[in-house]
Amino acid sequence: MARITAGISTSHVPAVGMAVDLRKENEAYWAPMFAGYDFSKKWIEQNMPDVVIIVYNDHASYFGMEIMPTFAMGIAPKYGICDEGYGKRPIPDVEGAPELSTHLAASLIMDNFDMTVLNVLEVDHGLTVPMSLMFGRPEKWPVKVIPLPVNVVMNPQPSGERCLALGKAIKAAVEQFDGDLNVQIWGTGGMSHQIQGARAGLINEPWDRKFMDDLVHDPETLALKPHLEYMVEAGSEGVELIMWLIMRGALGENVNEIHRFYHVPASNTAVGHLILTPKED
Amino acid sequence: MKPDFEQYKDIPGTTIFTIELAQLGFELNQFCMTLRSQANRDEFHADERAYVDKFNMSEEQKDAVLKRDFQRMLDLGGNVYFLSKIFASDGLSYVEAVSTMTDMNVEQYKQMMLDGGRSVEGNRSKKERGEA
Repeated sequence: MARITAGISTSHVPAVGMAVDLRKENEAYWAPMFAGYDFSKKWIEQNMPDVVIIVYNDHASYFGMEIMPTFAMGIAPKYGICDEGYGKRPIPDVEGAPELSTHLAASLIMDNFDMTVLNVLEVDHGLTVPMSLMFGRPEKWPVKVIPLPVNVVMNPQPSGERCLALGKAIKAAVEQFDGDLNVQIWGTGGMSHQIQGARAGLINEPWDRKFMDDLVHDPETLALKPHLEYMVEAGSEGVELIMWLIMRGALGENVNEIHRFYHVPASNTAVGHLILTPKED
Repeated sequence: MKPDFEQYKDIPGTTIFTIELAQLGFELNQFCMTLRSQANRDEFHADERAYVDKFNMSEEQKDAVLKRDFQRMLDLGGNVYFLSKIFASDGLSYVEAVSTMTDMNVEQYKQMMLDGGRSVEGNRSKKERGEA
């Protein structure tokens, strides 16, 4: 059967993608941030999945305001790269996993998660920056990807409880797939940041660290946190962190914490990163 | 559940992009989406007034775009990820554009981020600060 072998969370700051593209990883500003991913790059080489489900949000790069899906899933064989206003990132297109993604989308809909189905999608920094952080600059990405875009841009966003429950449904659906696949799920975005208004630049390190602790040890309570608290404590864009709950929900009740990293700043943002594996009881 | 958008208005210096603002800002945000192609970015920069006149934005929205008044664009229903297409077309980074919405210049803002960012203390609530 297919199984979820690990969950990874990471911020997806666009400037990090530019730093990779412009080969600035060793510059004084960026080196301490990229150092936090040295372990992860080595770890994933030893634990390379066949498919990664990447939970991310589009940043007005593919979706305009005509249609704003709350939860969506790409089921295409291939995804192009968005021009986000600066020109396209010079990175390979992303290969899809049509068989697993059609199975997942169908299973989730039948389990009462009303997914929007995407046969066409271009992906932006929300999905590609985590890939660059984990894989560097390959000529071809080493994994197939299932994009799972979540609306975190327009309020109301889906609740934390719904996100955690979606993760649980993804775990069940992956395990019901007829095929032997090693699947990871990545939750991206956050941590604290606010990129608009007079309060821009807000960072809340104690809150971020507590969020990571709770995500590991007490996701059921964490899922009850109202969006207002994310916005007040972690900045208006900090609400992206609900996407980490989807990842966590897909790992089962208990997890092993393989790696943790936290750094301020990357551009306007606090960078947080976790590698978790399911703990078999 | 009955939506409560009022609760977000107590956060100082923050515009939460609610479904109501999304409706108000639809034309402004759709204009921004057109700047995802180089041809349109070139056309916009060749004659900004003529370009914004192609869209069904309010005059106030157009004026805010032409003046690069990002806070006003937020107030008129723009969302920062959409507005980023405007400042990207100007060759500005997020940090450079975002700092214009604060009371700091770019260098001061960058230094604040290097020093750990803006503290949440005193920045949680307008009521707490005696502003509402």
